[in-house]
Amino acid sequence: MAETIPSTPAGAPAKPVLARKDFVSDQMVRWCPGCGDYAILATVQKLLPSLGLSRENHVFISGIGCSSRFPYYMNTFGMHTIHGRAPTFATGLKASRPELMVWVVTGDGDGLSIGGNHLIHALRRNVDLKILLFNNKIYGLTKGQTSPTSEVGKKTKSTPFGSVDYPINPLSLALAAEATFVARAIDTDLASLGHVLERAARHKGSSFVEILQNCIVFNDGAWADVSEKSTREEHNLFLEHGKPMIFGKDKNKGLRLKGLDPEIVEFDSGKPPADLLVHDEKAPSTALAHLLANIGRPDFPVPQGVFRAVERPTLEDLIEGQVAAARQARPADLTALLRGAEGETWVVS
Amino acid sequence: MSDATKMPESSKKPDKLQEIEEATIRFAGDSGDGIQLTGMQFTRTTAIAGNDLSTLPDYPAEIRAPAGTLPGISGFQIHFGGGDILTPGDAPDVLVAMNPAALKGNLKDLKPGGFLIVNTDSFTPQNLAKAACAADPLKDGSLSGYRVLRVELSRLTGLALQGLDLTKVQAERSKNFFALGMMYWLFDRPLDPTLRWIAEKFKKSAVLVEANQRALKAGNAYAETTEIFNAHYTVKKAALSPGIYRNITGNEAAALGMVAASVLSGIELWYGSYPITPASDVLHELSKHKNFGVRTFQAEDEIAAIGSAIGASFGGKLGATGTSGPGLALKSEAIGYAVMLELPLVILDVQRSGPSTGMPTKTEQADLLQALYGRHGECPVPVLASATPADCFGMVLEAFRIAVKYMTPVVLLSDGYLANGSEPWRIPGMGELPRFSRPPIPSADRFKPYARDSETLARPWVSPGNAGYEHRIGGIEKADVTGNVSYDPDNHERMTRLRAAKVAQVAREIPKSQIQGPSSGKLLVVGWGSTYGSITQAVRRCQAQGLSVSSLHLRYLNPLPPDLGEILGCFERVLVPEINLGQLVKMIRSRYLVDAKGFNCVRGQPLKAADVEEAVEDILNNGGARG
Repeated sequence: MAETIPSTPAGAPAKPVLARKDFVSDQMVRWCPGCGDYAILATVQKLLPSLGLSRENHVFISGIGCSSRFPYYMNTFGMHTIHGRAPTFATGLKASRPELMVWVVTGDGDGLSIGGNHLIHALRRNVDLKILLFNNKIYGLTKGQTSPTSEVGKKTKSTPFGSVDYPINPLSLALAAEATFVARAIDTDLASLGHVLERAARHKGSSFVEILQNCIVFNDGAWADVSEKSTREEHNLFLEHGKPMIFGKDKNKGLRLKGLDPEIVEFDSGKPPADLLVHDEKAPSTALAHLLANIGRPDFPVPQGVFRAVERPTLEDLIEGQVAAARQARPADLTALLRGAEGETWVVS
Repeated sequence: MSDATKMPESSKKPDKLQEIEEATIRFAGDSGDGIQLTGMQFTRTTAIAGNDLSTLPDYPAEIRAPAGTLPGISGFQIHFGGGDILTPGDAPDVLVAMNPAALKGNLKDLKPGGFLIVNTDSFTPQNLAKAACAADPLKDGSLSGYRVLRVELSRLTGLALQGLDLTKVQAERSKNFFALGMMYWLFDRPLDPTLRWIAEKFKKSAVLVEANQRALKAGNAYAETTEIFNAHYTVKKAALSPGIYRNITGNEAAALGMVAASVLSGIELWYGSYPITPASDVLHELSKHKNFGVRTFQAEDEIAAIGSAIGASFGGKLGATGTSGPGLALKSEAIGYAVMLELPLVILDVQRSGPSTGMPTKTEQADLLQALYGRHGECPVPVLASATPADCFGMVLEAFRIAVKYMTPVVLLSDGYLANGSEPWRIPGMGELPRFSRPPIPSADRFKPYARDSETLARPWVSPGNAGYEHRIGGIEKADVTGNVSYDPDNHERMTRLRAAKVAQVAREIPKSQIQGPSSGKLLVVGWGSTYGSITQAVRRCQAQGLSVSSLHLRYLNPLPPDLGEILGCFERVLVPEINLGQLVKMIRSRYLVDAKGFNCVRGQPLKAADVEEAVEDILNNGGARG
């Protein structure tokens, strides 16, 4: 896997080693007590020092919503933008300043409703953005309306008789846009969240991470079925590249194919059958990742971890390549440019 | 030509060259007839021949409307001469009509007694029906007021191309060059520039080079030997100021201005845009110039286009976006965001007829109020407007200079006529171009994101990558100086007034207004944008008649020139011609409490000088009774 983190140039003085506190801004964090966002913020602040990139080279860009207050709490550069449009600002910044590490923090309403278009285009262009989508299946900041990931029948302030809109599957959408890195994690599962975020950070290209996040005020317990410690092993499938898909507290259940569909098979712990599905995050086809994105509770465990991690040229590398080639082919001569093609000018004396 | 004496019906020998001051010709045909190409070749040759000129391409939005129909007509008008040519001409002296629809759609504009060249081969019953002609205009006497030249363009072109390996349909495609060859004889233009252009353009097909070159020469020889015209004309070179010239459209000039702004400031350009008529050519042109470090980005929509430019601007680049009215509407929230961020940004609005889809290929000036006020909240931005196609170059430079110096988005208004119209442009020398640079930033320990320069009120422009300057910006109201989130009532009041005061500061740098004519009198005609040529020409004619009238052209619409109020006070009456229903006139009336009158047309066409002249005469002679 190609590394996206710029290394310190040879001979440059060693940079001071940074710690988590160096990435904590002086602004008071104003999420509701118990909000899942706190755990995500802490995990990101803990991760950044390990990436070896100094503060001024990180930029956090968000849209509108509770999650989008994130940049204010990071002691890095940041942009709190307008609703749904964070990927557009991030694309212009990253593609014109490729050496920066650009993060996008968004939510299910911001990223999948008003900003759905920008999300798919950022992903298909493979802009090297680290996109964290906090999915709590509700509009929090506007105080409790149905979101694009709310389930059909969900009763909210705007849907007192139940939502009639079929929900979007964020990972299916990202895969349909041919995102090169697609992953999922749970806000409170700090170890695996940290692992997924580090993988996302080190991926070169668009990284899309759906974080199942709990809104304690307007949709408390939306992910309880998968996030509760007591049932976590039974209800989730933690994906590992090259390993058979095994889950359960006793590691005694697995996934295999029956025709084109997956099925659960139980076996004696430690003796998995040979025909279990083996995870391949590098598969060029999105088929397996789609299959995993489309399963979930109550019939199946919820897959967690890295669904897809493939390489494709990034937008900024392609642009830089064209600029470099053009510079080599023709000098940047403004006088010649203004005069235009030969034979098009005349002289008045 | 402004009067009939300039291109007289001659009894002299046909080969006798007569000198005329100026002429206006229009090519019209199907959008598949190569009309724009023909017009551009005539323009190029005329420019190289040293005339001043102004052009007006006029084409449908449909790429290929059904052949032979009225919606499919494409036109190209050029006004050229030895004097100061300010407009593409009100009415053509010569009309070349390739088919009945082109004749029907354009005849009303042809000057009485003007030359009408028709391709008689196209006047078939089917084509007459497609053009909804009840009778054949070539036979019903309706053309008796014109000098009609009936030419079998298709057949003659076919004859000229005999022996070439081309089908009849392929051969007929060269008929526009046959017609162009005729026009070159009529106006004594050299064939060489077009012959060379054909050789380059069609270099992949030797037979097409031969066919088009033969058609051009055959048309030229046909006009000369058949004595079909009873005279031909030469036009004096224009007395332009010394220098190197090229012909340029407004969109080309705008694109080159952006590259120049980048070179002159030493800051790389990012241009984010979504395809939209009539602004797309700016994207096309800029995308060729990556050797200047220009990054162009065809975004997924108008919002992403401006978003990318704001992102690049935060990254320390020259961010720009270009669009037309519908796109400006979509960008309005992001412009408000850029106002809050106080980042430099240039938004080029190439206006077109609206509202909604309106008439995308037709011109209008109806986005002025949108540019000034079309955002929520108190959201002032500097607004500038180009006066002529070539003026787009200098105004783009000025827009970037202001954007960087004052840390603000700037809207520059162009329009469909300026975008596609063209004129000779004296190419400026490097030493004549204004240089500007990124203002210095304070040391990291003294840095506050919203601390202001005492003169310009601009905040510092510090991009990511600068250690020790880490900060967060956003759309939520900023606390003065620190830029932190603030809901404090007094702070919001202060910041709202600061943002307005900063934009108002730009007025100090607006050059003294140039009045055309006496600095006081009975009537002042005030215009902005692409009506510059029509208004100037009309006012000059009225002044020649002895009328007490002057004109003033505005390139700065926000803030307005500081001397405007005083100037308005020196005239008894004020007339404001615009291609909208009265937008600048509203601003002038409300700001200066002056009883200004509007003169308004919204026909999708440039204002005609003759119409402005009539409006001036009406107001001076009848007190404006008509309006």
